[in-house]
Amino acid sequence: MRILELDRLAAEIPAGAMVAIPPDNSATCAAFARALVRQGARGLRLVGVPVSGYATDLLIGAGCVAEVQSSAVTLDEAGLAPCFTRAVKAGQIRMLDATCPTMHAMLEAAGRGIPFIPIRGILGSDVLKHRPDWRVIDNPFQEGDPILLLPALAPDFAVFHAAAADRQGNVWVGRHHELASMAHAAKRTLVTVERIVEGNLIDDERMAPGVISGVYIEAVAVAERGAWPGGLLDEYPDDAVHFLEYARLARSEEGFRAYLARYVLRVTAAAAE
Amino acid sequence: MRDALPEERLIGAITRLILDPGKRPARHVAIGAASPIPAAASYLAREITGEVRVSVLNQRRGNPFTNGTGELFDLTAEGRIDLFFLGGGEIDGAGNLNLVGVGEWPGRVARFPGSFGSAFMYMMVPRVILYRFEHSRRVLVPRVAYISAPGTSPAGVFRRGHGEALVTGKAVFSFSPEQARFRLVSVHPGESAESVRAATGFDYDMAQPLAETADPVPEWLHLLRGPVAAAMAPTYPTFVQRIWPAAEMARSA
Repeated sequence: MRILELDRLAAEIPAGAMVAIPPDNSATCAAFARALVRQGARGLRLVGVPVSGYATDLLIGAGCVAEVQSSAVTLDEAGLAPCFTRAVKAGQIRMLDATCPTMHAMLEAAGRGIPFIPIRGILGSDVLKHRPDWRVIDNPFQEGDPILLLPALAPDFAVFHAAAADRQGNVWVGRHHELASMAHAAKRTLVTVERIVEGNLIDDERMAPGVISGVYIEAVAVAERGAWPGGLLDEYPDDAVHFLEYARLARSEEGFRAYLARYVLRVTAAAAE
Repeated sequence: MRDALPEERLIGAITRLILDPGKRPARHVAIGAASPIPAAASYLAREITGEVRVSVLNQRRGNPFTNGTGELFDLTAEGRIDLFFLGGGEIDGAGNLNLVGVGEWPGRVARFPGSFGSAFMYMMVPRVILYRFEHSRRVLVPRVAYISAPGTSPAGVFRRGHGEALVTGKAVFSFSPEQARFRLVSVHPGESAESVRAATGFDYDMAQPLAETADPVPEWLHLLRGPVAAAMAPTYPTFVQRIWPAAEMARSA
């Protein structure tokens, strides 16, 4: 496990990589996304687990994204994700629509090393009609029971934020076990954290159930308030005022450029906050 | 006591639907990315009966999903969630929901955020109440442009339930899965059969006689402004400050 500066960590992502990220309310990698914008990332294929928000919208607006696979892209209370909406309407990105449990299930399959996974529901949805990679079969154990199969999804990278890492690369994510499922599925996992702690998180019986083992973690960078404007567990709440400011500015190309200049390009993530 | 606010009337109408004695009891209600109105109605049902578990996906303090955000769908797949709420950018007269968009796929004319869990939840939860505040011909359409989640399914497709009602800012409809059709049950104060018809893009039946949506009884208003407001405040601070500012002040004092 390596401990890197934030911008060095972001530089691990090559052009065209498939990168799984969490939504705004689930330890999102917002500071990491700003670092990707600063280094001019290109052609990213983002995967929302199971949906996505600010980070995806910011990266789309900055021209870093070729494809999004997600069940939704939303700024929640702050409304539609403006850059995403513009890009879809203009046909500038490839959108692979899904539905939340399919995102979890496809990653679960990859994390268990199996090629596909069945899931109930979804039959009759146009989401399925637009997913040629999804297959409906007859349940082999019960006749007359059509059921959907999803292929395993192993992203090139999982990236998220967490409260703490130790020097062995163990990362404490609390109850956000969907981050573990992302890390299990992805080929490489990069994490930003609020702090590096001494000792071994896995030695602590009370912490261990919320720890992702360092087995899965390739590199970590410290990014204080790295989920901002998203919140992090009980450490800090989301910044509703900033989400509204982002939504307002990103509504126009010009406003979005102003947002980048003010919060992303010329300043480090920490200084902006 | 202060009269019911329009939001409190909507909450009360949804709570009556949740507690409908003709339906399977809602022992476990889950709240997804829906508006705070269904959450408040569920907390009110909990306060009234003492027997409703309410699991809010985005709950900020004491989030019940200790196995991650995917646990909601695992619980649902197993049949451990009795009732859920869904909405949509478009809802049609057959109960189909569109959360994707309009125009060439995936939404070249209008793009909504996306389907979220709807394609799964609509079929896997025994009871679904549809809630959408905007009641207009733009939202309530004859036929959705795309089906995120189908209102009904052919025989042989595994499905535990359907939408049972649609609550909007103007009215309450019931839904018949056999007929794949809505029936107007009550109109909110200030609305009429005609005003609802004029604002609805799909065809529907009418209950005879047509009722006016009832206000919450005083005990319900008391619960809303006390324990429900307190339960809501950590997760829905903006909503609670707007609707129940006194309760919010008491909480933070």
